Amino acid sequence: MLFRYLLLLLILLPIKSFALIEVDITRGNLSPLPIAVSPLSIDEKSRENFKKILKKENIGSEIAAVVENNLKQSGLFNPLNKDAFLQKPDIANLKPRFEDWNLIKAQALITGKVTLVDEKLRVEFRLWDVLAGKEMVALAFTTIPSNWRRVGHIISDKVYERLTGEKGYFDTRIIYVAEEGPKTKRIKKLAIMDQDGFNNKFLTLGNELVLTPRFNPTNQMVTYLSYFKNLPRVYLLDIETGMQEVVGDFAGMTFAPRFSPDGKKIIMSFAKDGNSDIYTMDLENRIVERITNHPSIDTSPSFSPDGKYICFNSDRSGYQQIYVMSSNGKNVKRISFGKGLYGTPVWSPRGDLIAFTKLHKGKFYIGVMRTDGTGERLLTENFYQEAPSWSPNGRVLIFYRETKTNSEGEGFSAKLWSIDLTGYNEKLVETETDASDPSWSSLLSN
Amino acid sequence: MNLSKILKNGFLILVASLVLSACATQKKTGQLQGDVYTGTDSVEYLASGVPDRVFFATNQTVLTTASRDTLRKQATWLRKNSKISVVLEGHADERGTREYNLALGERRANSAKDYLMTYGISSDRISVLSYGKERPVDSGSNPLAWSKNRRSVTVKAN
Repeated sequence: MLFRYLLLLLILLPIKSFALIEVDITRGNLSPLPIAVSPLSIDEKSRENFKKILKKENIGSEIAAVVENNLKQSGLFNPLNKDAFLQKPDIANLKPRFEDWNLIKAQALITGKVTLVDEKLRVEFRLWDVLAGKEMVALAFTTIPSNWRRVGHIISDKVYERLTGEKGYFDTRIIYVAEEGPKTKRIKKLAIMDQDGFNNKFLTLGNELVLTPRFNPTNQMVTYLSYFKNLPRVYLLDIETGMQEVVGDFAGMTFAPRFSPDGKKIIMSFAKDGNSDIYTMDLENRIVERITNHPSIDTSPSFSPDGKYICFNSDRSGYQQIYVMSSNGKNVKRISFGKGLYGTPVWSPRGDLIAFTKLHKGKFYIGVMRTDGTGERLLTENFYQEAPSWSPNGRVLIFYRETKTNSEGEGFSAKLWSIDLTGYNEKLVETETDASDPSWSSLLSN
Repeated sequence: MNLSKILKNGFLILVASLVLSACATQKKTGQLQGDVYTGTDSVEYLASGVPDRVFFATNQTVLTTASRDTLRKQATWLRKNSKISVVLEGHADERGTREYNLALGERRANSAKDYLMTYGISSDRISVLSYGKERPVDSGSNPLAWSKNRRSVTVKAN
């Protein structure tokens, strides 16, 4: 219910042209593209009406601010200061005076127009190549007014895609565990927010411990671990209806759940008599399949995007390492051979990399390696951090970081951070409370 | 003769001073053997002389001599109190990934369970619950705090 937004998407002018300007996405934020995000123009009558409905002085400026913030946070764009803009929004949207935008060194320009049509929010936007003096994208959306932030995210995704050649990741949400209270008696709740931190909602009350929520890549279902009635089990939660159910009928702890890429199965660990192995459960026919059968700890499984392989964590060599196997459990192969311990492998949605947590000499690292274990690259080092989750385009990782306490055992905090695949643009992701175990959703609109 | 006596005495003095300095550091930082906690800071008692918990080395699940001693006391107490059931709560320190630690806590609690069973306690009376690193007793970020948190605690279930 909550998230059943109807977004009517109609394409105004689908134009096909070659990208004249390009963002160099292999180099992170070294030379972000200067872009001008003009406030979307709005006629006085629409502005007054939206002010009544949404309590926002000028919704055109607000939507532009969402776009600007997204592009800036990506590290690939440098939105220019609006004080320097010479052209008014309404005129710019009709036909920009490119010399004016060139003068302030903008290479790309975003303009648009907001109107109220039959109680609905209608937004059109255009992306312009300033140097070539050409329109690159032109689109219009009609939706319910309360969806205005999502319109900003969709515009951001279209701009990102047109200028980088990759899908965006802005019209997405993050599910995570909100934390409060002392370290020894931490209260944990499931929470969900837009990728930019807005629209935060708590999904559980904190009566029982909850851990490791993960999105179904195909819909709005979530799987997570709950200690309901002190029985740690994997649960399935529909965030539209709030319905919850236990996954499978296991006589022991189930944990470390994740969906298969088609969203039809849950893969997880089941611990019994001191041994953890990996199982799948088909959500349609409820058939449970055992995937590993080894006296070591096998956990943290993650499917490859084609569903043919599984990477997982095992201590069968004596210590935690990363392994890859076929989805039927055959052909198990260790892929991590660097110094230290490796955990939380998670397969990139692009298929070519596995992100992981590494522990070496008392430090924790988030890194990536190719799926055969070669090309290991450590992106960030800290006292404690783990659990990377990929943005749906495989470009950004979000993870959590915990601080060291002082000699009195005080000063503990857990926060979400994001980092570009290149290792640049490391950023704190602001949350209302302390936070851990983030999981990134797929694009909501596609 | 003389020389060897001097050396021997010197050796004894050296040993004595080592023991003393060890005592001094133990007093300051609590007690560790290897990196297994041997102190009593967080320990509670199921009955007089029956400690409720055992401690583990980093990443390990094997029971130390002291742990086995504690568990034998628990087994004796459980045999005398045949109506009591227990939950063995397995824990890990914060220096590991969450999911692996859940498995590690489960394995630690099962090490304790297996030992109680070899001393005649029926598995029907023992359940196991892993908290991973979710419920530390000591919130410190140092080796001593971590050693107290790597534990299996026997808790009365009824």
